[in-house]
Amino acid sequence: MRIVNEAKALIKENIRDYGMFIALFAIMITFNILTNGMFMSSRNVSNLLDSAGYIAVLAVGMTLVIVIRHIDLSVGYIAGFLGAVAAILLMQQGWSVFLVIPVILILGIVIGLFNGLLIAQLGIPAFVATLAAMLIFRGALLQVTAGTGTIIVQDPFFNAIGNGFIPSVMEINSLHLTTLLIGLIAILFFIYGEVKTRIDRIKYNFEVVSVPIFVLKLIFISLIIGYITYILAGYNGFSWTVIIVLLITMIYHFITSKTVLGRQIYAVGSNPEAAHLSGINVKKVTYIVMGSMSMLAALSGIMYTARLQSATTTAGMLFELDAIAAAYVGGVSSAGGVGKVTGAIIGAIVMASLTNGMNLMGVGISYQYMIRGGVLAGAVIFDVITRKRGK
Amino acid sequence: MAENILEMHTITKEFPGVKALDNVTFQVEKGEIHCLVGENGAGKSTLMKVLSGVYPYGEYEGDIVINGKVQQFNTINDSEDAGIAIIYQELALFPDLPVYENIYIGNEVKNKGVINWNQTIIKSKDMLKKVNLKVKPETLIKDLGVGKQQLVEIAKALSKNVQLLILDEPTAALNEDDSENLLDLIKALKVQGITCIMITHKLKEVVTIADKATIIRDGQTICTLVAKKGEINERSIIKNMVGRELNDIFPKRPEKNIGDTILELQNWSAYDQQLGRHVVRKADIHLKKGEIIGLAGLMGSGRTELALSMFGNPKNYKLKGTLLMNHKETHFKHTSDAIKAGLAYVTEDRKGNGLFLAQNITSNITAANLNGVSNNGILNMNEEVTVAERYKSSIHIKSSSINQLVGKLSGGNQQKVSISKWLFVSPDILILDEPTRGIDVGAKFEIYTVMNELINRGMSIIMISSELGEVLGMSDRIYVMAEGTIKGEIKAEDADQEKVMELATQ
Repeated sequence: MRIVNEAKALIKENIRDYGMFIALFAIMITFNILTNGMFMSSRNVSNLLDSAGYIAVLAVGMTLVIVIRHIDLSVGYIAGFLGAVAAILLMQQGWSVFLVIPVILILGIVIGLFNGLLIAQLGIPAFVATLAAMLIFRGALLQVTAGTGTIIVQDPFFNAIGNGFIPSVMEINSLHLTTLLIGLIAILFFIYGEVKTRIDRIKYNFEVVSVPIFVLKLIFISLIIGYITYILAGYNGFSWTVIIVLLITMIYHFITSKTVLGRQIYAVGSNPEAAHLSGINVKKVTYIVMGSMSMLAALSGIMYTARLQSATTTAGMLFELDAIAAAYVGGVSSAGGVGKVTGAIIGAIVMASLTNGMNLMGVGISYQYMIRGGVLAGAVIFDVITRKRGK
Repeated sequence: MAENILEMHTITKEFPGVKALDNVTFQVEKGEIHCLVGENGAGKSTLMKVLSGVYPYGEYEGDIVINGKVQQFNTINDSEDAGIAIIYQELALFPDLPVYENIYIGNEVKNKGVINWNQTIIKSKDMLKKVNLKVKPETLIKDLGVGKQQLVEIAKALSKNVQLLILDEPTAALNEDDSENLLDLIKALKVQGITCIMITHKLKEVVTIADKATIIRDGQTICTLVAKKGEINERSIIKNMVGRELNDIFPKRPEKNIGDTILELQNWSAYDQQLGRHVVRKADIHLKKGEIIGLAGLMGSGRTELALSMFGNPKNYKLKGTLLMNHKETHFKHTSDAIKAGLAYVTEDRKGNGLFLAQNITSNITAANLNGVSNNGILNMNEEVTVAERYKSSIHIKSSSINQLVGKLSGGNQQKVSISKWLFVSPDILILDEPTRGIDVGAKFEIYTVMNELINRGMSIIMISSELGEVLGMSDRIYVMAEGTIKGEIKAEDADQEKVMELATQ
């Protein structure tokens, strides 16, 4: 009984953090039943994650932008434009893919710093500044693709980013070995990290959850990681897209939760004036967040171009709104200062699951938009209500 | 004896935990200029809000009688219908609209719901003539100076056939010419039969203009002085304003150990580019090691602005003059420079710009010194928690845990978090802006105790406070500010309430 009570208290306290996982869980089970198990099949899960990738990286950056009370509407067409530039450099200029990718990412940062200049230095509202950038890059995309139309990319390395899978050394019972190994390492790494944190906290005499709950949590999360790995291993294993998203998530999660910069970002978001008076350089933080956003837009452009194996004249259209929706579903607050990178990833997967599941069921596109709109509104209502109750 | 236009009988207004007005009686005779005087927080503004219907009938006890009839105002519109207009210090004008629209806003000149703009402009010209303001009605408000904007407000009130005009510190933001102009206008309005209540801190104005002056202190009417009887002079007003007994108890300072000068401002001026005026003018102050100096004055006297201007100038004032730290001239480009140089500033408005309410106690305490809990930019969260626990127990922050959100703490505990944040910076100079505003007596005493401990350890403190008792009880020296200038410096042993108030109301 004591364990149950403790678990109940934990869930109640962290409902905002767990809510998103619970929702995702519910969505997955519902679709799996409605599609007779097709939804959770290896092939479909792999597809789903790949189709969410280029929005997920945008959602990570967008979460930070919204945390510091701004917005970035330009990311969609920045992704489209830079994706086209990448295609041109690869196919028409004959650059190596290993040169193209860093150059594109740096271009992204430069564009983001320019957005930052308008917002932080000149005090132009982010909505307007990035709306202008959105129009400019929409035009730029049309301009660079004007002569050729769609640019086909034939570089196998580049295309692997959107379509390829990590190599498998050998297959065991038709399961992808490297994927299984990575999954196993992830589980061990997770357990090691949790145990180390717990030992540290005990050493400092801090409060920790009871042993049974701790073990239960370890087993539960290990099972989830294990299950996803198992499913993916049954198809082609981890795709490069999934690996990129995981890496971005890990890096951004580390920065936001464990570094001075991360703390400064949340401080600026919670109360810019207090942050300034605490000696935090609000402008610098704005530059960094906007720069990182456009760098991720560049990455998103690369991933999308690679996935389509071509740069099209309409690439990037409405990416920004999908990213904003994913960030809000993931629990970011427009009041500033609240929102997690991991939430954004979950938000992106939730939105992609909805599209994917409804496609499998053959739901018409008109209903799909309405349902996704409803889920977005529902997520924000949940957020507002739990926040009020918290007060 | 002339009749009373306004009588307020035994008005009592309570806020949760505070009696803002306690049995206040206030009478205004028709056609007189009546000044309402008292310290910050004495209850003047609350009284005027009761009168104008901001606090509707039923939220207060007592009666409002106008021209012999008991009134029950539920909204501001009700009081306007009864001929009362109130003009706040913060003007309620629309900067991007022309003068004539501002005068008739909410009271449009219309025919069957359609506004007659030509008629509006013609009428507004009459109103402008009445207040002696020579501008075109088409001028935008934002192109006028504060003094002229004030006159537009009065014109707006006159357009509603006002009988009783209430002005809340009308001259606080005006220069001397504009102030004189305004006072002349009020006298002219008196001739036209308009009664005027004026809240002011400038006692010279009271002496020149008032027919009567009512003094309020701690939510009670102290007395009404009458000019004809020769009762209105600065001395008598101050005596009645400050006659409060000092009940606050201050912890004993063990022994004073005052060292060399560590901070000095010479001929220090700050010009606010948004307001378009100087907020600090030619200030000269100095602070010694181990000393508490009190910065006294009324609200809006420029004390907070002075603090901000030396603390890295976050509001981007144009600064003039010299700032010396340890006798060396210093310039701070950013608040972070000031912090590095050993300054810390605990803000007056802890919820507005002091704390991160949506974050927990730990993040708040370490926010100004993240380098103190990190290595190469990576946080050591366990160290952070240790720091937070240390301050929680040493400053007695009462909370369920250090993970509690700061927004959920009481005012006193929020203030302790705010102070802890700055103590963790280990500054040499701590600027405390209204350190005990809105917190209970017990928490106040604890904060005073902490202050004494700090100066014992060699820190120096600048305390900005509107509470005379606190200024007198804690400071070694007192500077009094008014209108952005330092009006005087008093040693603690020579200081009393009258002396401070005399300087503050110059």
